Amino acid sequence: MDVLVELFLTFLMIGFVSFGGGYAMIPVIEIEVSNHGWMTTQEFTDVIAIAGMSPGPIATNSAIFVGYKTAELPGAIVSALAMVIPSLLIILIIATFFFRFNENKFVKSAFYGLRPIITGLIVYAAIKFAITNNVIGELSWHTASLMIIFGLSLFSLIKLRLHPLFVIALSGFVGMVLY
Amino acid sequence: MKTDWKFILQIFLSFLKIGPATFGGGYAMIPMIEREVVDKKKWIRNKDVTEIFAIAESVPGAIAINSATFIGYRLAGVRGAVAAMVGVLLPTFIIVVILSMLFLIVKDNPHIESAFIAIRATIVALIVYAAYKIGMTAVYDKTTLGIATVTTAILFFLHVHPVVVIISGIFTGMVAVQIKSWFGMSIKLEKDELNVVKKEKQVKEA
Repeated sequence: MDVLVELFLTFLMIGFVSFGGGYAMIPVIEIEVSNHGWMTTQEFTDVIAIAGMSPGPIATNSAIFVGYKTAELPGAIVSALAMVIPSLLIILIIATFFFRFNENKFVKSAFYGLRPIITGLIVYAAIKFAITNNVIGELSWHTASLMIIFGLSLFSLIKLRLHPLFVIALSGFVGMVLY
Repeated sequence: MKTDWKFILQIFLSFLKIGPATFGGGYAMIPMIEREVVDKKKWIRNKDVTEIFAIAESVPGAIAINSATFIGYRLAGVRGAVAAMVGVLLPTFIIVVILSMLFLIVKDNPHIESAFIAIRATIVALIVYAAYKIGMTAVYDKTTLGIATVTTAILFFLHVHPVVVIISGIFTGMVAVQIKSWFGMSIKLEKDELNVVKKEKQVKEA
């Protein structure tokens, strides 16, 4: 299959299930990207870093990067469009029928199950990325140093409420000095 | 009805302006969108914009892009929706493409490589932080805690495709609510003040 068609169909499917904010889509995009052989999990971690440093939604940004790396500018365009077309269609349907979507009883009970599942999905992504990037692994100075960077980053995000962009930049600087 | 292309262009330009100024995910765009369409252009009333954000949050896709699309549709139908969507997406698109290009050129530089060894650990922290934030609103009783734990276990041990898990989540919610109501158990469909946008607005208005 043409790689552009493959990119389009992959991100179209992801676009339809993009519930619960960008981070929930990270494991979904990661699995598709490695199944298609577009990138390794570690390369995809770098995509999240770039997507997180760019303005705008993280899932769409990741799709654009994956598309660009796989098939240059046409790939980026196709992936971005595929991510937003499902939203456009669903919004047009809801807006046309003036359907109070978020107050519907079925929608509410669907979200009762969906929200914890999305939490579980993101926790899974965290474990998987931690293993791939040696934050969890055989005990060595290298793993220990990465665990410390992980711990300090998390502390800066949750307790110190530092901006993610700032934490990523700081961490990059520490990496240059250490490794 | 003749399409007022000048108005469509205006919608496009308004959302184009919002894009580049927003770092830190889609939620960072919400107050900017609000300022533009409610305060400056007076296209949408304050009350309506809150409802639009709430709907945009529950539709698949990024909340910022969804809100823009919804507002565009309210203003000028399908053409307005497309204009707003492309407008909000375009600046981000260009920035991400440029950053990707630069990253692919410099990624083999030894300094950049060392920086990214540390950055990857920070990205794991960022994902845990995202789980923590959504977990605070999503996990609040035994059922939701059980669903979250089982989800992680199924994904990790059985390697089920995440899309299958998400779709089954929709049905799990409906079934769980139905079963609980059959047994006459009380059920809280949302944690109090779940809706982030609504909460932020209440804080702002107070």
